[in-house]
Amino acid sequence: MKDLKSQASKSTTPGKGGLTPEIQSRIGHQLRAMYDDVVRQGVPDRFAELIKKLDTPGGTPQEDGSGGSNDNNNGRV
Amino acid sequence: MPLTNSLRDDILASVPSLRAFAISLSGNADRADDLVQETLLRALANIDSFQPGSNLPAWLFTILRNLFRSDYRKRRREVEDAEGNYAKTLKTQPSQNAHLEFEEFRTALEKLPQDQREALILVGASGFSYEDAASICGCAVGTIKSRVNRARSKLAALLYVDGAEDFGPDETVRAVIGGSGG
Repeated sequence: MKDLKSQASKSTTPGKGGLTPEIQSRIGHQLRAMYDDVVRQGVPDRFAELIKKLDTPGGTPQEDGSGGSNDNNNGRV
Repeated sequence: MPLTNSLRDDILASVPSLRAFAISLSGNADRADDLVQETLLRALANIDSFQPGSNLPAWLFTILRNLFRSDYRKRRREVEDAEGNYAKTLKTQPSQNAHLEFEEFRTALEKLPQDQREALILVGASGFSYEDAASICGCAVGTIKSRVNRARSKLAALLYVDGAEDFGPDETVRAVIGGSGG
């Protein structure tokens, strides 16, 4: 039983740079899994629309009504 | 440069990784999306200052990172609350082991100092070179390297090394054997 325990700690003994390659790759894997989970969700509509609106001349997504003499409708339906 | 069609497409193509970066930084999906929205508005407002041919994702990540930094100081408390609640919701689903492990990892990541966390994400997940990560964070390449190394060591200590020390089958086994004896 003692042996089991010392083996377990042996496998996590820090190598060069303080980490075993196994732990390094495990961290890298989990980090990318977490990150890619979000990346795979693609572009939410709100952002696609935001950029589309900015493309339209005079269409700004900000509702800033302090324009004064600017009297055209700002692309809002 | 002006906002051309292809530039707009490139900006849109960067949105998924900007979101992933924002969520990794803030630990909160709603806030992350606000951060991305703010980043896009700022990028588009300052599109003239973008150098054609330079690294667009790095430019966008720099904007997002700076926004997060300035916002973070103001809202630190609020975020901690939100994270606490988020973690609590996930802990009510103990059957999902993968989810738990995922959440443990995220919690450990949140414990890293901000400098180390962002360096690790940029290099280890976003896939930026050390040079790009250094330019995004406004520091030297050597600084990024040492932050990434310290981040990895700390994560390992939080997730794996401590776990190995806690792992003690002796007593459990002895208790089972002892208890069934008679």
